Amino acid sequence: MKKIATFVSFVLLSTSLVGCSEKEEATTTQAITETVDLQKEVDTYKEFAIDQMDQFVIETEKFVEAVKAGNIEEAKAIYPLARMYFERSEPIAESFGDLDPRIDARLADLEEEGKGKEDWSGYHKIEYGLWVENTTEGYAETADQLLADAKELRARVETVEVTPDLMMTGAVDLLNEVSTSKITGEEEIYSHTDLYDFKANIEGAEEIFHILESKIKAKDETLATNLQAKFDAVNELLVKYETGDNGFVSYEELTSEDTKLLSDAVNQLGEPLSQMGIIME
Amino acid sequence: MTSKDEKWLEKKISRREMLKITGASAAGVAVLASGMGGVAKAIGFDIFEDDTTATNKISFYGKHQSGIMTDAPSHVYFASLNVLVQSQQELQELFEMWTPLAVRLMNGEQFEELSKGGFTPPKDTGESKGLDASNLTLTFGVGPSLFDNKKLGLGSKRPAELKALPHFPKDQIDEKYAGGDICIQACADDPQVAFHAVRNLVRAASGKVSLKWTQTGFTSTPKHKNKKETPRNLFAFKDGTVNPSPQSASDMKEVVWVQPNESKSWMSNGTYLVVRKIQMHLETWDRTSLQGQEATFGRHRDSGAPLGSKKEFDEVDLNAKDEKGNPHIPADSHMALARKVKDRIMRRGFSYSSGLIDETGAYDAGLLFISFQKHPKQFINIQSALGRADMLNEYITHRGSGVFACFPGIQKGSYIGEQLFNIL
Repeated sequence: MKKIATFVSFVLLSTSLVGCSEKEEATTTQAITETVDLQKEVDTYKEFAIDQMDQFVIETEKFVEAVKAGNIEEAKAIYPLARMYFERSEPIAESFGDLDPRIDARLADLEEEGKGKEDWSGYHKIEYGLWVENTTEGYAETADQLLADAKELRARVETVEVTPDLMMTGAVDLLNEVSTSKITGEEEIYSHTDLYDFKANIEGAEEIFHILESKIKAKDETLATNLQAKFDAVNELLVKYETGDNGFVSYEELTSEDTKLLSDAVNQLGEPLSQMGIIME
Repeated sequence: MTSKDEKWLEKKISRREMLKITGASAAGVAVLASGMGGVAKAIGFDIFEDDTTATNKISFYGKHQSGIMTDAPSHVYFASLNVLVQSQQELQELFEMWTPLAVRLMNGEQFEELSKGGFTPPKDTGESKGLDASNLTLTFGVGPSLFDNKKLGLGSKRPAELKALPHFPKDQIDEKYAGGDICIQACADDPQVAFHAVRNLVRAASGKVSLKWTQTGFTSTPKHKNKKETPRNLFAFKDGTVNPSPQSASDMKEVVWVQPNESKSWMSNGTYLVVRKIQMHLETWDRTSLQGQEATFGRHRDSGAPLGSKKEFDEVDLNAKDEKGNPHIPADSHMALARKVKDRIMRRGFSYSSGLIDETGAYDAGLLFISFQKHPKQFINIQSALGRADMLNEYITHRGSGVFACFPGIQKGSYIGEQLFNIL
């Protein structure tokens, strides 16, 4: 298989080269004339996203109850797990420009927009209360709002027009999220539960890959094999940081060598993942 | 198929290519079926040629790799990589895959293929579009750690002299900037072209290599009456005055190119690259009197002449004394110490500036020292002679280090490093 893989890339490179030497004008992006039927895949993904959102609402409800009951330890335990449902289906959640920040904004994001603590809401605000202030006091209103927002998100997911492009771009975006904010530990600066989000992002991307896998295989079997191998590589690295009980160690325990390895594995997955678009061509 | 395609088909195909193609016919069919273009085009052998009509173009193919005796360019992007491949075959395939890319990069071409719907990222990252070849050179080498990697089974091919450089007095080598399995030295007159080359080579090798460390560098060659002068480093002193002449075949043979029987046979016509990232403490230097600066180097700053002499290339006389009987050139000056050993090296120094040192706010700037020599001991002997005594030590700190065996040049139809894999 390896030999063949090399050959294919050799052919692609050489072919394009010939184009150049003949001074052909490079064709820029053309309108697609033929539509590729991916309705089944799109439906499957939407089901997945809705299921994740259902779970997200259920877990958020538990979280909110714990916060309002002043049960700090319980709230801390639910926090990273509830968020995973959100992180897995982020390509969908993201499509609501207003809801996403209400649920998931970090203080740093708001400050970038010239806003402050008074405009802050959602999970990370309560994260601050739980891990920095070690309290739930004064967070009841934020908790109620969070649950309302989560429910609204769930309701509005029904209206999202899922397209193959949203799926494929979404998968790459999930990886980009990992590369730019999870790897640096900037997502969960108080709780250091970044590895939960990390894992969920990868799972979200892998789900999209699996839904599209047979279509990818039909076009380029090597790409499909390579993608699975690269997902496996990332997951194997993550296993090292599991604590049992579905948990992960604090991100602070990772050394820069650890994060470099993770980052490399994610980037090596990102490259072939960005090639999934061939199924549209 | 167009008639042009058929002409390609008729071209003589080497046995090697033929094996590759027949062995992969299934993939070939798949490629055709998916409308990616004819396999026939792929076997057009002329497609890997140097484009002699390209502007500011340096030849890829030759007896030696480019970027070694090529005129000093203005910019370098140096990259040290670790390999992720698991077998010798995969490593070999990596270099094979890089070869046509390197040719095309050095031709100043883009290798973007036609994108049908824009659903996948462009093949070429594209930032060099519209720029010419910019005298891009690409120099590939392999480090000691590659031969330590048992999975690759290259142990028996390792030249005895290829080992990590020893610790020198005052070294503060940061593992972050040390070693690497493979190096790529990309030099060009345009920094964007040099960067683009490495970026695309690394990207094409996704999953096969990972970047270990990189460093950009720059240098400017002053001209006087159209004649190139020796470039200056960030301390304003001329750097490279005693370099062997690339035009002198005997100099190059003596100093740079590994001759048959001098090393493992795959290294014939290759060379060793030594790289050192040397931080220069600009702030303290700038507080040093001119006399102090000149005594440190043993040369006059502006002319580059040895102390006590008038011109840059005047004979160096370490015994010359002033009227008081003191040597013109202090015994612990950088030059006097370097002169104690007979060894010579081919220097291609670049300055670098990489922002600030976090802890101190000082410039993170200095010298990306690159030298070529047929045996690492040439560099080791010189560096050891400098030792603790070198007055320059007060102003510099060696932070990064690497030694790489650079393959001989590539012949048409062959690929980068083929000798390593195919010569016993």
